[in-house]
Amino acid sequence: MRKHFGRYFALIALFALAGLILFACGQQQEKSAEATKEAAPVEKAIEPVKLGVAGAHSGDLASYGIPTVRAAELIVKKRNAMSGACGRQIELLVEDDVCKPEVATNTATKLVTDGANVVVGHICSGATKAALGIYKESGIIAMSPSATNPALTQSGDYPNFYRTIASDDAQARLEVDFALDVLKFKKIAVLHDKGDYGKGLAEFAKGFLENDSRAEVVLYEGITPGAVDYSAVVQKIKRSEAEAVIFGGYHPEASKLVQQMRNKAMDTVFISDDGVKDDTFIKVAGEFAEGVYATGPVDTSSNPIAIEAVEMHKKEYGEEPGAFFLNAYAATLALLNAVEKSGSTDYDVLTKTLQSEWVATPLGIIKFDEKGDAIGVGFAMYQVQNGQYVTVEF
Amino acid sequence: MTIYQEIKKSLLVSLWFMFLTFPIMVIKVNTIEQTIDWHWWRLAGVGVGVFFLSFLWRYAIARKEAGKKKAEISGEEKVALIPRLMGNPRFYIPGLIAALILVVAFPFVFSMYQTNILITALIYVVVGLGLNIVVGLAGLLDLGYVAFYAVGAYSYALLNYHFGVTFWMALPIGALLAFIFGIILGFPVLRLRGDYLAIVTLGFGEIIRLVLENWNEFSFGPSGIANIPKPSLFGLQLSLQQSSIFIYFLMIGLALMTIFVVRRLQDSRIGRAWIALREDEVACQAMGIDKTRTKLSAFALGATWAGMGGVVFAAKTTFINPTSFTIWESIIILCVVVLGGMGSILGVIVGALILILLPEYLRAFSEYRMLVFGVILVLMMVFRPGGIISGVRRIYKFEGQNTIAENNNA
Amino acid sequence: MDYFLELFLGGLTRGSIYALIALGYTMVYGIIELINFAHGEIYMIGAFTGLIVISVLTMLGWNSIAIIILAALIAMLYSAAYGFTIEKIAYKPLRGSQRLSALISAIGMSLFLQNYVLLAQTSNFLPYPNLIPTWDFLKPVGHIVRSTEIVIYIAAALVMVALTYLIKFTRMGKAMRAVAQDRDMSMLVGVDVNRVISFTFIIGSSIAALGGVLVASHIGQVNFYVGFIAGIKAFVAAVLGGIGSMPGAVLGSLVLGWTESFFTGYISSDYEDVFAFVFLVLILIFRPAGILGRSDTDKV
Repeated sequence: MRKHFGRYFALIALFALAGLILFACGQQQEKSAEATKEAAPVEKAIEPVKLGVAGAHSGDLASYGIPTVRAAELIVKKRNAMSGACGRQIELLVEDDVCKPEVATNTATKLVTDGANVVVGHICSGATKAALGIYKESGIIAMSPSATNPALTQSGDYPNFYRTIASDDAQARLEVDFALDVLKFKKIAVLHDKGDYGKGLAEFAKGFLENDSRAEVVLYEGITPGAVDYSAVVQKIKRSEAEAVIFGGYHPEASKLVQQMRNKAMDTVFISDDGVKDDTFIKVAGEFAEGVYATGPVDTSSNPIAIEAVEMHKKEYGEEPGAFFLNAYAATLALLNAVEKSGSTDYDVLTKTLQSEWVATPLGIIKFDEKGDAIGVGFAMYQVQNGQYVTVEF
Repeated sequence: MTIYQEIKKSLLVSLWFMFLTFPIMVIKVNTIEQTIDWHWWRLAGVGVGVFFLSFLWRYAIARKEAGKKKAEISGEEKVALIPRLMGNPRFYIPGLIAALILVVAFPFVFSMYQTNILITALIYVVVGLGLNIVVGLAGLLDLGYVAFYAVGAYSYALLNYHFGVTFWMALPIGALLAFIFGIILGFPVLRLRGDYLAIVTLGFGEIIRLVLENWNEFSFGPSGIANIPKPSLFGLQLSLQQSSIFIYFLMIGLALMTIFVVRRLQDSRIGRAWIALREDEVACQAMGIDKTRTKLSAFALGATWAGMGGVVFAAKTTFINPTSFTIWESIIILCVVVLGGMGSILGVIVGALILILLPEYLRAFSEYRMLVFGVILVLMMVFRPGGIISGVRRIYKFEGQNTIAENNNA
Repeated sequence: MDYFLELFLGGLTRGSIYALIALGYTMVYGIIELINFAHGEIYMIGAFTGLIVISVLTMLGWNSIAIIILAALIAMLYSAAYGFTIEKIAYKPLRGSQRLSALISAIGMSLFLQNYVLLAQTSNFLPYPNLIPTWDFLKPVGHIVRSTEIVIYIAAALVMVALTYLIKFTRMGKAMRAVAQDRDMSMLVGVDVNRVISFTFIIGSSIAALGGVLVASHIGQVNFYVGFIAGIKAFVAAVLGGIGSMPGAVLGSLVLGWTESFFTGYISSDYEDVFAFVFLVLILIFRPAGILGRSDTDKV
């Protein structure tokens, strides 16, 4: 018996430590989690609607996955305080996939086993592709706020997939058209961050530019995300005499690039994507952000739902929402709305509802086409002016 | 030591931790909004928590030290409980039967999710046993092992995409390609030792991943390859559930085969050469062992298992892209080997089960998952530095001496 | 020529940044032969602590020079405290066990620290104010090199010189070399091994924090994950130069920085890391103990 004691002891210590950690930094979040959970079984005997949320919640891409969890938490909290979805309470199932395909399949089977009815996620295109087969087999609809790979909707392999973000080719088209038609540039550099989001977009942009005789791609490069300095690439842009840079990727790299370009006294125009059209970008890049163009969904700053969502986020978490927050908010609203309108979580019914019913979201009033892309999310070009993204008409 | 002194010690430790965690825990800055939140109650939590935990910590350390001393005094290496039981047929035969029943019944009793994560764990058992040859037996620290795993996965995905090669054909091809890569990468690193070897293998692992990421024409870059078919069973159409169960039994079979082969290898001439190499390179050469061949064979054979694991990985996930093959993956596989117990087959199995299943079961902690996982890694190593089941050093006794002597006399 | 010069300076910046992290890495390695994976996280914690100090003092309306100096000092102090504590918890109980166990413990520690900052602070990238003023005399060449970069070069050089002096000419340095050579023997001749190891961790960690604050002001942002990649790169640099040697760490870092910079500039940044690693492999094949490392002969 005494021999085993040490082992038990280690175990107890472990749990005590885990408890301490939970106690030490968990109180705030726990409260909100409890609020959503407690309400569920009390009111009615009806099964709650189970809303799965999957994405990267730890590791290097956590900052793109966590805002989605928060969006879902906010909506569910608000809805449950009222009447839930058609009288059914909503239960959140939040699962981490670290943006890795192999973890995503486990995440997906876990959600299926736990009885998720609909899923918001995943965050990265790769993880989404790996998970979708499992949802398809189980008749579950997944809606991603951020997976932009065109094949997800265009290949027809994933009938159960929807998204509230434009696909890579649509965004790249808009960026290229803007650079050629409005700004009338002739020399353009295309850069990306080597990730599935950024590189996918850059590939399309490069393709569109090469098919157009008005401009040439003077530089096509992938930068290493997380590097401590980008001056070599910036020098290269300078030497290529590009008039504009089209960048595919997220805001941390974009702000480093822009900052270094401006420090080298370069006034090359910077055009980027949805991953950069984020207020964090302006705050991080500060004065250097002025004049940067980025594509993003139309009409978010004056949309009352968007304003309310951001306010709620600030109140609940004490900071500005992160990347893809509004897309996630829209996805969650659209899914819950479909459940509510149809009064069912059946795959066919939901599919029909999603494709026929319009729903008001922070991105505008939307529904979905049969491929799964959102209709009504207009995409527009924005420019940073006086520390704010302002729509550029063209 | 009196209780008073103990309390004083814990108080000091708790004060120290309150000082240590003060800025990060208490002052939550937000330079975007230019706001600062003060969370004083967290400091109290740290103080109280550390105060009590420090008692536990000191007690556990003291016990560990006492155990070590006892072993030193008694002078013999204590054989841990499990290997001892394993050595006794009265225990291990019923144990084996029970394990067999559990293994066979598992996918039918538990949910698909449980089966699925067990498949992942079994893949890591196979891959871990492969790395065990390199690290545990031959003593070569390899931080780029995931490269071979990627070779296996991409060889199935690409061959299937271009030529429609089936899983069953890809399995040996993937293994062979990984073997060849093992030899190619093994050559330049033969002269290196210790951590220089580690860093060069790390470099190789990263090179393979970066090439996969950048060479779009070859590997489809970061957007990866989708719709990789799951393994077929004589052309039957399997549902998701059925195919999980099928892959599960396939992995059980593969794991058993791996265990069998690795066991045989360990006892073979080459296996003993690996162990000799690990213990002392110079002495080993002096004994007439061909260092180049021994090292290369360890590298290449280790890689072969990674290649096979990779093929199954691609088939199970049905989608692969370079994010699955980062250095982090190499580290996890290395953790499997070290945590389980280097050089011990059972150890690697237990290590893989723990390391792969733990993060899944820790999902109950939601956002604290990886935090707790990190703590567990540290605690396991502190309290069981040799791994959960440490490999038993083989003792060879030369018993022929007397008879030889007698023969000479006669 | 201008282009070459600019790439050269870009490489110098990268190299100096790697050097600030690699110096601490190589020091710890030299003494206890542990690949301290948590070193990158110490660097990140240093940057975060600096940011916290900067934010608080900015609110109190202090002068920016005073803020940056105080932030760097407090960050160094705290990182040193973290380094000291981590060694006591995660590495000291493992002394005398196989080396790989300590490596796994270090990996666990690194995971823990990342998630600790993620949970206690935020997952978002936070802007990092650049408080180093732009000097007037640099204005004409402002598009080539800026004051932050110059501060980084000087810091890396000073730290290298100071550490080399510490190790070669002080009593503590002598003790450190003794411990590195033979721990048991140095214990016998009266060296307090625990103190020497703690001291090494304290110095190494505080240098990492200095690097953290400077690098974060240079790139203008920080989040909980910045330590991991920087840590790996710094380790590669330390090995390249010959691990355990201070000038080696700096030389290795600079070589790595220049390699990356010139490769990006003249060929392509797609494969910059591939090239850096190929270069590493080539150097280690011809000099198996790094550029400045000494290869010891084996004893049986």
